[in-house]
Amino acid sequence: MNPLYFDHCASTPPLASVVRTVSELMTLHYANSGALHRSGAEALKLVERARTVVANALGARPGEVVFTSGGTESNNLALKGTVAKSRKASKHIVTTAIEHASVFACAQQLEAAGVRATYLPVDERGIVSVRDVEAAIADDTALVSVMHVNNETGAIQPIEEIGRLLEGYPQVRFHVDGVQAIGKMPVRWREWGVDLYAASAHKFQGPKGVGFLLVREGVELDPLLIGGGQEDGLRSGTHNLPGIVAGAQALRLAVESTEARRERMYALRRRLIGHLRDIPELHLNGSESETASAPQVVNVSYPGMRPEVIVHMLEQHGVLVSTQSACSSKSLKPSRVLLAMGMDAHRASGSIRISFGDEHGTDEIDALAERLKTAVAKLKPLERT
Amino acid sequence: MNYDYMLVRLGELTIKGRNRGKFELLMLNKIKQALTPYEKLAYEQSFGRVYIRLNGEDAEAVANALKDVFGIGSFSPAQRAENELGAIRAAALAVMDAHKPVPATFKMTVRRAWKAFPHDSQEMNHLVGAHVLRNTPALKVDIRNPDVELKVDIQPQGTFVYCTVVPGAGGFPLGMNGKAMLLLSGGIDSPVAGWMAMRKGLEIEAIHFHSYPFTSEQATEKVVSLTQRLAHYGGRIKLHLVPFTELQTRLAQSKQDHLIITLMRRSMLRIAEKLAEKRGALALVTGDSLGQVASQTLGSMNVIGRDVRLPLLRPLVMMDKQEIIRYAERIGTYETSILPYEDCCTLFVPKSPATNPNLRVVEGVERELGDELDRLIDEAVAGTELVVMTAEGREGKRSAVEDSWF
Repeated sequence: MNPLYFDHCASTPPLASVVRTVSELMTLHYANSGALHRSGAEALKLVERARTVVANALGARPGEVVFTSGGTESNNLALKGTVAKSRKASKHIVTTAIEHASVFACAQQLEAAGVRATYLPVDERGIVSVRDVEAAIADDTALVSVMHVNNETGAIQPIEEIGRLLEGYPQVRFHVDGVQAIGKMPVRWREWGVDLYAASAHKFQGPKGVGFLLVREGVELDPLLIGGGQEDGLRSGTHNLPGIVAGAQALRLAVESTEARRERMYALRRRLIGHLRDIPELHLNGSESETASAPQVVNVSYPGMRPEVIVHMLEQHGVLVSTQSACSSKSLKPSRVLLAMGMDAHRASGSIRISFGDEHGTDEIDALAERLKTAVAKLKPLERT
Repeated sequence: MNYDYMLVRLGELTIKGRNRGKFELLMLNKIKQALTPYEKLAYEQSFGRVYIRLNGEDAEAVANALKDVFGIGSFSPAQRAENELGAIRAAALAVMDAHKPVPATFKMTVRRAWKAFPHDSQEMNHLVGAHVLRNTPALKVDIRNPDVELKVDIQPQGTFVYCTVVPGAGGFPLGMNGKAMLLLSGGIDSPVAGWMAMRKGLEIEAIHFHSYPFTSEQATEKVVSLTQRLAHYGGRIKLHLVPFTELQTRLAQSKQDHLIITLMRRSMLRIAEKLAEKRGALALVTGDSLGQVASQTLGSMNVIGRDVRLPLLRPLVMMDKQEIIRYAERIGTYETSILPYEDCCTLFVPKSPATNPNLRVVEGVERELGDELDRLIDEAVAGTELVVMTAEGREGKRSAVEDSWF
């Protein structure tokens, strides 16, 4: 039995052309892009070409692209860099109760350093309200940080509307964690008034260890990493050339195929949700609506069953999924995201996340549903109330 | 507001007499070239104007592409109406309603180019203006200092209603006034000089002198980037990379430290002139600005430019540094220009370069070098490498292997 990999929100299988590119660049262009000699200059040229490719794919200017080591670093740079740069003595940030750990933990660390943080609630679909954002803004608010697509439930946040609201607050920077959105939906960050947009290459079939932060022209940040002054001083450290070039390639391909992928994935999602109706033990978390949810993820709870038991049982049946998010899979605590959506600890503790990608079709979805049924049937006698 | 037309007014060339037809055709081609990505556009040309029917293309994106096209005086996103009072009134009201911020005062200007229209411009002023006023409660008329000037232009093919006039880049369509060679260093000034030359309708080919290994690969790459930026305006620009090392080190050994810049510059102009002759260019363009550095004093200019027979065009000669920087920022070359790589003009620079070099001494040094100088100049010309740049990057040079990585 072939294992079915349904954990695309955690990481995606890299494209064959990405693997080839990384390998060829490691072989041919090992020189440091900061070196003066010709090989160094060539490496730097490739970094700059990659920057143009990223910029063109997302309607940015090349100078607005800062390469980082991935989503976590991009989010850290956005939050801490903005707060450090804003000069006011007392500072305030607004974020949500459902952010990825790399934003949530940053906000908590900033709080420990004396910054006030507001964590906005979400409704039962897992969506934040624009009115709540407005109510939370204070005179000394430096930053609003709201993710584009939630990594556990797929809930799409009202980025465009929040951006429009923030037009009225020019001193407030707007950061969006776009890690789960790229390649799954249009990203018109500039049009939406987003100042900082974070992404990670291995979520769209690129290599791990590379990502970027889009920084709108005129927006100033303090760097997290200092040293050699790469990336216009915003991110020191030798360029990860193979990652940057292959990541740019993956981004271009992901963005170019967004429309087709969306349609395909929503069809798969509808099919999976249809199958789930035959398994009453599993409850869909979040909204079924396609305007409220991203196409690549379905989150279900098995109340009364410890999630790691489900994950291992499914693995025995050849299906790889995560509990909550991959980053918090090992914790036994109820999901912070599901609790924020108003679920009780019972249901919030038993959630699994099924996320799919380009290699899946209706056959794989049907096979997944069969294996879910088998696993649930085996677990049924062990339910605890 | 869904504007359905872009009304483009051609710049200086409307004043030309006999060749106007030819020039307008060139202008139309340049506009079409700049708007290639917008496939649905349809073009109509009339006296000194181009009417672009948007057919659903985004007016803002089209406006953004037009603002860098040389030869355009101004342009306006417009709403077209049938030549009929009711339709014109409705269009006028729609245009006014869409204006942001909401104006408190306005003024009407009607132009009746199509004389068969039943109402003259005076009547139309009243008929349309009254309609707008009636339907916009807070709006008042202010002839002297209105927030918005609502324009109604009655043409045979329809009436165009608009209220914004965006200034264009001005000048002449590229290539209309012939070709010149641009001496392009990595600094702030020469790219601006190149842009100004292009704006005046000159096609340019760039020349850059490098002294590898005294200058780095990065210094040359910087000039390649600057040329790429200029190609955003010029479409496709040839960059001649001249190996200057031999000549420069030879001149540096002539024991005339304070004259080295003067000697180098004279040789550069000789090389540029030879390249101009090969390329069929009729002028040399430099970024000189009077008094800025030792080589740009009047005394230096006199000695440096003395032997050149082609017109030596210096668009920046009377401009202040701050003005030049503002232009560099506007055309998008400033950030690249201030990168720190040393170019060959800053190499071997003496502590006190001559601000008033003596022509006879300079000519004496060159006479001493004799045939060797001519040989080194010819070798530099022969060793010149050609790179063709477009706004996207280097043409042809990229390998298929490299392309496959992106």
